[in-house]
Amino acid sequence: MSETNLNVTTEIFKRAVLVKASGRIDSSNAAQFDAALKDVLAGGHENIVLDLSEISYMSSAGLRAIVAAHRECAKKKGSLVLAAPSERVSEVFSLAGLDSIFTVYDDVTAAVGSF
Amino acid sequence: MGDTLIIPGRYDRIQQACQFVAAGAAQAGLDDTAVFHVELACDEACTNVIEHAYGAEDVGQIRLSWEVQAGRFVITIHDNGRSFDPDEVPVPIPEDVANGTSDFPRVGGLGVHFMRKLMDEVRYQFEDDGNTLVLVKVIE
Repeated sequence: MSETNLNVTTEIFKRAVLVKASGRIDSSNAAQFDAALKDVLAGGHENIVLDLSEISYMSSAGLRAIVAAHRECAKKKGSLVLAAPSERVSEVFSLAGLDSIFTVYDDVTAAVGSF
Repeated sequence: MGDTLIIPGRYDRIQQACQFVAAGAAQAGLDDTAVFHVELACDEACTNVIEHAYGAEDVGQIRLSWEVQAGRFVITIHDNGRSFDPDEVPVPIPEDVANGTSDFPRVGGLGVHFMRKLMDEVRYQFEDDGNTLVLVKVIE
């Protein structure tokens, strides 16, 4: 019921890393999600496209990990952008007042192309 | 109309609690968006119980009940942990969260903020046997 609900894959492009998360992100697996993002950052990358198109549900625990990665990217003079969040996931960013802080693209191609 | 569920205070059991209240909310006639709001508020409340009232997983149980009272969907969440008053948690400021001056990544202040935004009423009480949080959603 926990970590099997989340799958994270990465794909390296010339100027950014695409991180695709699928499933549900909540307090049971946020540490797993956080670790996946930290692994990308530890690999020397500073630009991340986070594909949320297949995230069906996210609580504030998921937001913590994304905000932490966003900060790390900024420290490295890079950025983390979001691609294709669902209406429910967008609402979570909006509830937190973070919708104006993140750049959101409708699809992955546009997000990767922004770098 | 109502039901009760007791779960161990573990993160991997919160989804079960969310599904329990979501099913009740749907049965009570809340629309899909309101059901999502109830589910997310329950998730944040249970996470706070484990993080703050119990301080760790597997310390105690969480008892959840839902009932319909005069056109209101009422969730009661009870734990036996130490006092955790959501009213004492400051609301994180988004800019501070983004630039790192907020301690949001460590403290679940956002979860309390979510509960206040998602529900029509949030009430808290601490007694000898622990915390009781009441979350209310008006059935429209």
